[in-house]
Amino acid sequence: MAERDDIMKSSVGLDYSRYATGSLAFDYERLLADTGYDIDSTHRIQSQTAVGNTPVIELHNVTKLIRVAAKPGKGARVFVKDEAVNPSGSFKDRRASLSVFEAAKRGYEGVAAATSGNFGAAVASQAAKSGLRCIVVQEAFDSKGIAQPEIEEKTRACEACGAEVIRLSVGPELFYVFLCILKETGFFNASLYTPYAIVGIETLGYELALQIKQLTGRFPDAVITTHAGGGNVTGTARGLRYAGAVDTRMIAASVDLGGLHMASDHDFNRKSFTTGHTGFSLPFTTWPDRTDVPRNAARPLRYIDRFVTVTQGEVFYATQVLAELEGLQRGPAGNTSLAAAFAIARELDEDRIVVVQETEYTGAGKHPLAQLDLAKRMGIEIKRGHPRENRPGRAIVIPEQPAQLEAVDVDLDHVRRSYLRRTLESLPADVPLSDNDVVFLAAETRIETGNARQLVEEIRGKT
Amino acid sequence: MTEIIAKGTWVEISNIVLKAGERAPQVPVDTQHVPLELRARGFLTGPTVAGQQVEIETVAGRRLAGILVKVNPAYTHGFGPPVPQLTGIGNEVRAILRERGDYK
Repeated sequence: MAERDDIMKSSVGLDYSRYATGSLAFDYERLLADTGYDIDSTHRIQSQTAVGNTPVIELHNVTKLIRVAAKPGKGARVFVKDEAVNPSGSFKDRRASLSVFEAAKRGYEGVAAATSGNFGAAVASQAAKSGLRCIVVQEAFDSKGIAQPEIEEKTRACEACGAEVIRLSVGPELFYVFLCILKETGFFNASLYTPYAIVGIETLGYELALQIKQLTGRFPDAVITTHAGGGNVTGTARGLRYAGAVDTRMIAASVDLGGLHMASDHDFNRKSFTTGHTGFSLPFTTWPDRTDVPRNAARPLRYIDRFVTVTQGEVFYATQVLAELEGLQRGPAGNTSLAAAFAIARELDEDRIVVVQETEYTGAGKHPLAQLDLAKRMGIEIKRGHPRENRPGRAIVIPEQPAQLEAVDVDLDHVRRSYLRRTLESLPADVPLSDNDVVFLAAETRIETGNARQLVEEIRGKT
Repeated sequence: MTEIIAKGTWVEISNIVLKAGERAPQVPVDTQHVPLELRARGFLTGPTVAGQQVEIETVAGRRLAGILVKVNPAYTHGFGPPVPQLTGIGNEVRAILRERGDYK
């Protein structure tokens, strides 16, 4: 563990222990502020590599379709921020840009990232532009050698930009392999969870708020974010606040993969989604520091106003509708928030504004057809029906009509308690909690300090 | 006849990082029973024949050793055939909007 901490320190150039303010507490805002980047400087750096400034598109036909199933006067206007037009095809370019810029500035020879998704291509793209070497470590195939097609596409995209790609079979020991690579190369750890990777997303929320205000004369009523590791929610929400959109509700949406185990070789190719799902979002929301850096700069529970899940079939349906009614081939994983928008916009008044906060590029492997064909090969039933019949790993049910799309609420109070339990478990029972710790836990969970103290005592009393 | 694969050829190698039974304690049983395999691609640092232990130089400049498993490995991912459960959706939603005069 000590060696792990040393490797982390030298590979991200940050001494996280400097930020500790209690047994559990740390100064989150100072950790982010010490990057030295604000919205303006981030924007300038991102503009140098054509990252950001993505268009906001009103989905007129999707809105009409939502209103068909809505009560009179209901059915909010739906917009999407078309992040797919970033250089490597997703908002992940924003997260990679500051990391790679910082690595180059500090004289690192290269960057490394442990990621099977769009982030790998983003780091490879940014590294190519900066003249840095790049290594991406992926969890890519099962024990039968069957590659997840979306990850195979990411392998290609990373290699296309000149990155070395290390592909592994299923298992969390990937992080051991990754640590060995960091140690051997001395490369910068372009982790998804460093302050740079989070500050880089703030421009997304900031741009989005101002674009919507310019288009409609008001800030959005709700922004729906596809939620996995928590960075997207965190950075976007912070950007919205900087722009002054303090009343905008931040809604996190994940694909429900309940029942599938994230470290299971058997389940690996039965998920049909590689990100934006509950296999990431639930553990990362309740235990953000389970990452490859000592302190995760993505702290979603601080920002989420509502947390919903949608089914695999609903996301594939929404992806098809986006292509056929709006002419936008995007996703599929990024369309998780679009699927949720069908249900959320339906309940809101017509003059309200809902923004689907990202799109991602689509292509070979990274497409509903590739995922559903693989699912069939894995023995999963594909059928039309009610989304409630969807069973991850067993049946993918494509809705029969738009009115069936539903956003199922995750009980945030339950999530907050899980967060507290998990965090308090990490602390030996005889270590006292300071006032700083309680204030920190209250901020982490958005519970009033008095209530947080009571909950903490309740949980600690039981253990 | 065994064909010689020239130095500098772009190849894929395989390595077993952890054998079955040596996996991290927290992984589920099915994963415990299979090895952790690593695949990497790079340029051969010397001539060889198929199936041999070889050394490659990766594009990031690292030298890695492993069993040669593929020469000039192909990208085989694609789209596959259209899925009937998706092909009808476009007509369905256009019909819903047309019925209300909301779409041409």
